[in-house]
Amino acid sequence: MSSRDKILQAVKNNQPEHTMLPSLEGLSDMPDTFEDYKKVVEGLGAIVEEINSEADELAALDKHLPDRLRIIDARSSIQREWINEDPHTLEDVDVALVEGQWAVAENGAVWLTEKEMQVRALPFICQHLVLIISRERILATMHEAYEKIGSPENGFGVFIAGPSKTADIEQSLVLGAHGAKSLLVLVKP
Amino acid sequence: MNSHTTDHATLADKFNENEPRVNWHDETLWWVRKKRDRMAWSVSGWEKLREAASDIKRHVLGNLHDYLVQFEQQAIKNGAIVHWAADAAEHNKIVLEILQQHQVKRMVKSKSMLTEECHLNPHLEANGIDVIDTDLGERIVQLAKEPPSHIVLPCIHKKKEEIGELFHEHLGTPAGNADPQFLTAAARQHLRQEFLQADAAITGVNFAVAETGEMVVCTNEGNADMGAHLAKVHIACMGIEKIIPKRKHLGVFLRLLARSATGQPITTYSSHFRQPNPGQELHIVLVDNGRSRQLGREDFRNSLKCIRCGACMNTCPVYRRSGGHSYHTAVAGPIGSILAPNLDMKDFADLPFASTLCGSCSNVCPVKIDIHQQLYKWRQVIVQEGYATSGKKMSMKMMTSVLSSPATYRTAGKMGRWVLRAFPGMVNNRMNPWYKQREMPAPPKVSFSEWYAKNKKDEQQG
Repeated sequence: MSSRDKILQAVKNNQPEHTMLPSLEGLSDMPDTFEDYKKVVEGLGAIVEEINSEADELAALDKHLPDRLRIIDARSSIQREWINEDPHTLEDVDVALVEGQWAVAENGAVWLTEKEMQVRALPFICQHLVLIISRERILATMHEAYEKIGSPENGFGVFIAGPSKTADIEQSLVLGAHGAKSLLVLVKP
Repeated sequence: MNSHTTDHATLADKFNENEPRVNWHDETLWWVRKKRDRMAWSVSGWEKLREAASDIKRHVLGNLHDYLVQFEQQAIKNGAIVHWAADAAEHNKIVLEILQQHQVKRMVKSKSMLTEECHLNPHLEANGIDVIDTDLGERIVQLAKEPPSHIVLPCIHKKKEEIGELFHEHLGTPAGNADPQFLTAAARQHLRQEFLQADAAITGVNFAVAETGEMVVCTNEGNADMGAHLAKVHIACMGIEKIIPKRKHLGVFLRLLARSATGQPITTYSSHFRQPNPGQELHIVLVDNGRSRQLGREDFRNSLKCIRCGACMNTCPVYRRSGGHSYHTAVAGPIGSILAPNLDMKDFADLPFASTLCGSCSNVCPVKIDIHQQLYKWRQVIVQEGYATSGKKMSMKMMTSVLSSPATYRTAGKMGRWVLRAFPGMVNNRMNPWYKQREMPAPPKVSFSEWYAKNKKDEQQG
């Protein structure tokens, strides 16, 4: 008998009796305002700016990320050649801009998928990450988020909440472990 | 697979030789526990959430066969290659074969307690493959040639000066520099090179969704993603108990995991891997290694609900003052002490006794595992099966005979009080570990029942 069949047989013999799945109704009772989202994600070390135009966006970039030798805007329909290159070549990207689908007020997370990031490695390998979200797409909790996201449409998706970080050395919090060293969230109307 | 020659009490003694360090360890983990409390209190309906998580996991255990089959079908449909490993040896063999097929000489690994449980690293290294652990804490203990001492905070037993020395020796940082910011930046530089050169990446799995065949991996550092998205082979290793039914159930577990673990609202990255990157191979290794056996143990099967947050360790008064290495197993602390005897009852017979049974672990567990009750039950099984140490067996036998006869109990009590007064050295000596850090209590003149009988008489007379 293969290991697969052996394991499945042992599981079948030993598993307890069937019980019902619980309802997920009424688990969410948290606020979903922009102010709540901002407070939480800033607590995680991100910077939040409200923008109303392209000029606002540029001003926010100039203010927080003035040094950007190589910048990739994953939303761009003109700048596309990087998408077909080996992702290792993204190692020298200073700033990457990616549109987020949904934001979650309770934990500051932004949901984005392969479709928005174009190349999976981009939001992790860049030195600084900029996520752009719409104010009306801020949800209260993860329950609402999974309801909106629905079934997967592509191969990879991620919730990102803040810059990469570690506290492995004596529990001292340090921003910038292996992923992006900073996160700027731009909130458009 | 277990080569220890000593038990929890002896190893804890060693950890306690350095008192300031033990105090620091104790206070730091308690601080993490308090962060967890603040986070839990800030979520309305936290207890309902724990209840839901526990019920989902119970449902999964009752339907695990069907969910495993469903997960496999979905994963194959997604383009992944699925492997099944009955034990640690088969898991290591499968991983090695995949790496050899691709002629991998150097690979990066993000945190996976399963690969620690299976002792994968030494197996790969014996076969000429360099394994680079990429979680900062795990890299530190790897450089120190030690196992992790905590499942979420792998090098919580180390002081920054020791880490500075390790980095000076292995990464060439200046001697004497122990600044966490500086050392983290040095590790980032060093490990970026490894990510860029690695041919394969191994990750653990936090949750696997039967409905979609996808796997969720949670990190703060981004190391799982740096590895998995850049290497041409991604191997995800998971225990068969990681399955959850539907995508929407992730909402429940992701709300609980990081809040319980470190007091964060969520980890920085919660990555959902479903299909391999174009041009990449995605392998999933499903590992049993005793889990199906634990599933059949009615008293202990709830331990399979565990989501590996580590909250039971942070709150445990024994763990905090004895350190993770004293448990001599991959998963330390209260939950590890329930899991390990299932793997080897003789080698880990000491662990269920490494607890005060205070119940703090069960109170913080996000999936409501009755941890302290299972520890208590393991003690009975271990004594019945004849694995308790001879001293423990002897004292338990004596207690049984004393406690089962009221007359013997009264006589023994009288004798005990007399001995404590007349010859305190007979009890308070080096042979009795209870008195090592304690003062003798003053023995009462009469027992409670004697006092009660007399008091009752006085009352009636008065």
